[in-house]
Amino acid sequence: MAEILVLVEHVDGEVKKVTLELLTLARTLGSPSAVWAGPGYSEAAKARLAEYGADKIYVAGSQDIADHVVAPKAELLARLVSSASPAAVLVAATAEGKEVAGRLAIKTDSGVLTDAVGLSDALVAEQSIFGGGVNVRSKVVKGTPIVAVRPNSTAPEASAGAGAEEQVEVELSDAAKAARVVERVAQDKGARPELTEAAIVVSGGRGVGSAENFAIIEKLADALGAAVGASRAATDAGWYPHQFQVGQTGKTVSPQLYIAAGISGAIQHRAGMQTAKTIVAINKDPEAPIFELADYGIVGDLHQIVPQLTEEVQKRK
Amino acid sequence: MNIVVCVKQVPDTATERKLNAKDNTLDRDAADGVINELCEYAVEEALKIKEAHGGEVTVLTMGPDKATDTIRKALAMGADKAVHLVDDALHGSDALSTSYALAQTLKKIGFDLVILGSESTDARTGVLAAMLAERLGAPQLTLARKVEIDGSSITIERLTDYGFDRVQASLPAIVSVVEKINEPRYPSFKGIMAAKKKPVQTLGIADAEIDAAQVGLSGAWSEVADFAVAPPRAAGTIVKDEGDGGAKAAEYLASKKFI
Repeated sequence: MAEILVLVEHVDGEVKKVTLELLTLARTLGSPSAVWAGPGYSEAAKARLAEYGADKIYVAGSQDIADHVVAPKAELLARLVSSASPAAVLVAATAEGKEVAGRLAIKTDSGVLTDAVGLSDALVAEQSIFGGGVNVRSKVVKGTPIVAVRPNSTAPEASAGAGAEEQVEVELSDAAKAARVVERVAQDKGARPELTEAAIVVSGGRGVGSAENFAIIEKLADALGAAVGASRAATDAGWYPHQFQVGQTGKTVSPQLYIAAGISGAIQHRAGMQTAKTIVAINKDPEAPIFELADYGIVGDLHQIVPQLTEEVQKRK
Repeated sequence: MNIVVCVKQVPDTATERKLNAKDNTLDRDAADGVINELCEYAVEEALKIKEAHGGEVTVLTMGPDKATDTIRKALAMGADKAVHLVDDALHGSDALSTSYALAQTLKKIGFDLVILGSESTDARTGVLAAMLAERLGAPQLTLARKVEIDGSSITIERLTDYGFDRVQASLPAIVSVVEKINEPRYPSFKGIMAAKKKPVQTLGIADAEIDAAQVGLSGAWSEVADFAVAPPRAAGTIVKDEGDGGAKAAEYLASKKFI
C-alpha cells in the first residue's frame, strides 16, 4: 500500500489533535507515515502517533528546523517525497501548514490543494469556498498531491499502526536558513484549546462592550472546554488580542459548535465561521444577520444570557 | 529601496461571488472587482517603508484588463508606478502558475523587498508569499504584524498561534502582512488626480519570459472537477429571552450532546 506522508503538528513535544485527524484520514488512503520535524520527539509522541495509525515515523529532530521559518520543513518533506514516493502528502491547513505545502509543491513540481474539508480515496478534495457559499471538488493533476486539510474535518479514531521509527538527517540549504527566528513570544496562551482546532468556539463581538466584559465569554468557554474567539470589531477596539480574531482577515474556524455572543454577523465575520456544524447566536438585535445562520438563536442581552448559560453548563457537568 | 507590492483584484465579498460553469474558474463579471483588502495593508506598509527609508514603490498585479481599477487605487494611495501583467494565456492559473508568473516578472523588474497581503478573499490559499520566496530563493518573512528595516537587515513580528515570533533576514526578502499591521490611508483627491499621470507598464507573457505551458488552465497543477452552490442553512429556532434565555440555550446544547 502506498505511503501517505502526514506532517506532524506539535507544541512542546505534544502531538496536536489535527495530526490525529490527518492520520485517521490517511488510513483511508494508504499507509500513514508521520513526519516529525524539529526537536521534542519522545516515546510518548511515538506512542500517540502509532496509536492513531502511523505505520512509519520519520524523525528529523534538528533544532535548525525550528529556528528557521517554514522552508526547512518543506525541504525535509521534499526529500521524503523523493525517497518514499508517497501517494499524497497531508498537512494541517493552518497558516504555517499551508505555507509548508506551498513551498513543497514547488520543490516537488506538484499540485497543492488548500483548506480541504474532505478527501476521497481517489484523492479528490472537497473544499468550501466563498465563506461556505460554494462547495468545490478539485484534484491535483501534476506530481504528488499535496493537500492541506482543515482541522475538525475528520473525527480522530485510534487504530494501531506499526510505528516503525526512522531517523532522518537533514542538511538544510542556505536558502532554507535565510529567515531566522530570533525570539519566540508567547501571549495569552492559557490552558484553552487552540482556536483553529477547537471543537467548540465561543466568540464575543461589539456587544460585549469592553475588555473586562470578555471575562464572561472566557468563563463560558472554560465551562465548555472551548476556545475563545473575537470579531474584528472586538479586536480593533483592543478588547481581545488579534490572534483570536475570527473572520475574513483573521482565522477560519470549523468547529462542531460555534457560539456567537454580541456579534452581528457581518460578511467579514461570517467568512471565518460559516462552516461550523452547529451555530448558536446571542444578540440584542433581532434583525442581526447572524440569526440567518444560527441553528439556535436567542434575542436578548448577552450580559444576562451568557452567565446564566455558563451556570447551567457547570451544573450539568 | 526598490519595493514591489503585489496586489490582486478580487470580487467584492459584499456581493454574490460565483464560479463560471464553463471552465470552473472565478466569474469576474458576476461581482464588482475591488482591491483585495489585505493588499491595501501591503501598499500602506510599502509607503511607510518608503517614507522612512526612501526609494520607490512599484505596484505589480496579474489580472485582466479591468484590474487597472485596482492599480489606480494603489497609485492613488501613493505608489509611484505600476506593472500590469495581463495576457489571455494567464486565465485560470492556479497558485503554482500564478507564483511562477509573478516570480518571472519580479526577476525582470528587480526588487529589494516584495510585500503582499497574507491571503486573498477569493481563493484564500495563503500560499503565494511562501511560493514566491521558494521560487526566488529569498527569505520568507510572512504573516507580519510589524516590519522593521535597519540597513540591509529586516526584522518582522510573525503572527503565530501562541503570540508571535521575531524573525530576521537580509534583504532582498519576501514579506506578507496581516491586517493588524497598520491602518491603510484613504487616497486624497490630489492622490487620485496624480495617479492618472503615473506610469503603468503593461507586460504580456512573452515580455516577462513566461512559458505558456506553465500558466493558465492547461498549465495548472490542480483543477476544479466540479462545484455546487452550498444549500442554504435550514432556518433555526429563534427565541426571545424572557429571563431564561441562558437556561434554554443550555437545554438546546444538551439536546445536541454538547454538554
